[in-house]
Amino acid sequence: MSVRRLAKEQPASFAFSPETMEKVNWWIAKYPESRRQSAVIPILWLVQKQEGWVSEPAITAIAKLLGMAQIRVYEVATFYTMFMLEPVGSAALIQVCGTTPCMLRGSDALIQVCKDKIGPKDKLSRDGKFTWQEVECLGACCNAPMAQINDYYYEDLTPENLAQIIDDFAAGKSPKPGPYNGRHTSEPLGGATTLSDPALYDGSAAKPIKIPNAPGTEVQA
Amino acid sequence: MVGILEDKDRIFTNLYGFHDWGLEGAKKRGAWNGTKDILSCGRDWIITNVKNSGLRGRGGAGFSTGMKWSFMPKEVKDRPHYLVVNADESEPGTCKDREIMRHDPHLLIEGCLIASFSMQAHACYIYLRGEYIQERERLEAAVKQAYEAKLIGKNNIHGWDFDVYVHHGAGAYICGEETALLESLEGKKGQPRLKPPFPAGAGLYGCPTTVNNVESIAVVGTILRRGAAWFAGFGAPNNAGTKLFCISGHVERPCNVEEAMSIPFRQLVEDHCGGIRGGWGNLKAVIPGGSSVPMIPAEQCENLAMDFDTLRNLKSGLGTAAVIVMDKSTDLVRAIARLSYFYKHESCGQCTPCREGTGWMWRVMERMVKGDADPSEIDTLLEVTTQVEGHTICALGDAAAWPIQGLIRHFRHEIEDRIAQYRSSKGNFAGHSVAAE
Repeated sequence: MSVRRLAKEQPASFAFSPETMEKVNWWIAKYPESRRQSAVIPILWLVQKQEGWVSEPAITAIAKLLGMAQIRVYEVATFYTMFMLEPVGSAALIQVCGTTPCMLRGSDALIQVCKDKIGPKDKLSRDGKFTWQEVECLGACCNAPMAQINDYYYEDLTPENLAQIIDDFAAGKSPKPGPYNGRHTSEPLGGATTLSDPALYDGSAAKPIKIPNAPGTEVQA
Repeated sequence: MVGILEDKDRIFTNLYGFHDWGLEGAKKRGAWNGTKDILSCGRDWIITNVKNSGLRGRGGAGFSTGMKWSFMPKEVKDRPHYLVVNADESEPGTCKDREIMRHDPHLLIEGCLIASFSMQAHACYIYLRGEYIQERERLEAAVKQAYEAKLIGKNNIHGWDFDVYVHHGAGAYICGEETALLESLEGKKGQPRLKPPFPAGAGLYGCPTTVNNVESIAVVGTILRRGAAWFAGFGAPNNAGTKLFCISGHVERPCNVEEAMSIPFRQLVEDHCGGIRGGWGNLKAVIPGGSSVPMIPAEQCENLAMDFDTLRNLKSGLGTAAVIVMDKSTDLVRAIARLSYFYKHESCGQCTPCREGTGWMWRVMERMVKGDADPSEIDTLLEVTTQVEGHTICALGDAAAWPIQGLIRHFRHEIEDRIAQYRSSKGNFAGHSVAAE
């Protein structure tokens, strides 16, 4: 378990922006009318996208919107570790995966880069531009070591790549996500060993088929 | 040929995203082909054929998918039925469902329709882990395409009203446990429920629900198009089918690849990953099925068939087929200590043995990494793992215990050496001087 608390300093108020509200309503519509509470995680996420973090007034506003007790929203916000309970870097929130598959491929060195360039983990950098964290497995293990920066995955990183990416964010650029060692996604580096048969892609798989061992009377060509 | 499986028998033909993920491209590769004919074969036929194909759940437990579907009530009464797809891919080492959702999303959506039809569900929720934002955007776009093409939705061309909703979490490994996932989907903390009642009786919103892994659902359309016998023809008996393997760690070229079940480990890494870093002789140990399964040493990898039964007999497991390879440079004690930290971090805190035990095991493991321990503590640690294992509501307690058990089973000497080294570097232990006399 990780112990998480709301920030000591809280803003006086919170208001949903019209854009956020539109998305909020889209989410609420996904669930049965009497189950609006289901939307609480997506809405907390939208609030975080709007404000950069989740504040106490926001929690109160969400509780009111969904008809939930405030403690239930508080509970969810502190249970799920993607909710930032205090302000994070304005340029980038860097989450380096440190779990074993990434560790085996060199996440220690990435963590060192973050320490050197940004400072201690989980703390806003002095210039307010960056926050970095070590997080648990992000599920891109074939592209280890990797980090999630803001919304997207930066994969197959070296300390040099990551340092450059941090510099780019600091300069206001948006470095491209994905693998940084020249591969497309998670195929073996240097080229896929499979899926080279052109017949897979020539449309022959779309020709009408007969379902094997279908019950005789119901088969339609 | 490379590997065992031929390209023509691969289900995920856009695994790496080199081709169009959209509806048009997916159709060209065979998705949505004959779906209506499949549905017209009837519910029982579908379930029987999924059973006959030998498909075992791809989320880790390896339970028969067709069997699981058959547990749903035969008649819809006052409560609607739901299908929930578990896309909370968080088991360390696992990164396969991600590729399905962003590169072959239509196979998943088609599978959702077929599975829901066979269980009389009109709605399906796909629960993605919160971090998979690109994957979610892609899947949402594919769902939209399917609605627009009237493949799903009200009055669709398949004649079964059906809605797909994409939902997401926010960073909690435990939500991969099916009942924790349901709690989370209901807007609560992800803490597992006691079973029974099982989800098939009372799941999402108290309604009959089946929770399946992404890969289990996404393969169903192709299995029924090609025939149960086709799928059953791969792999050893009782371990049928093709399978996505995620090979990470110390191989030359880590990758995801779809292969036949029961492929020998050595062939898997040598054909697709360029072999073990530094050559086959440099292999030290393998975690064959995601972080929760015990590791196996190199000696057992020589003729190792990668399937459920073989690995279970070695006291490990196929799990999600996330193969974490470790070469001789690996500090195994540290590798497992890091996993212990993972489980400590991810324990939901509901059951005392897990909440307290995972932290305790992690702290002892951290001392073992340095060697700052007494040799007798190895047995104490082992004893504590057995007190956590099997004494919790969900399997996270077991998952935290097994990696440590695997380490001690096969590499106890490494921990002992570490302790001896630490002690000799200090030089003034009471035990040390006694032994020297």
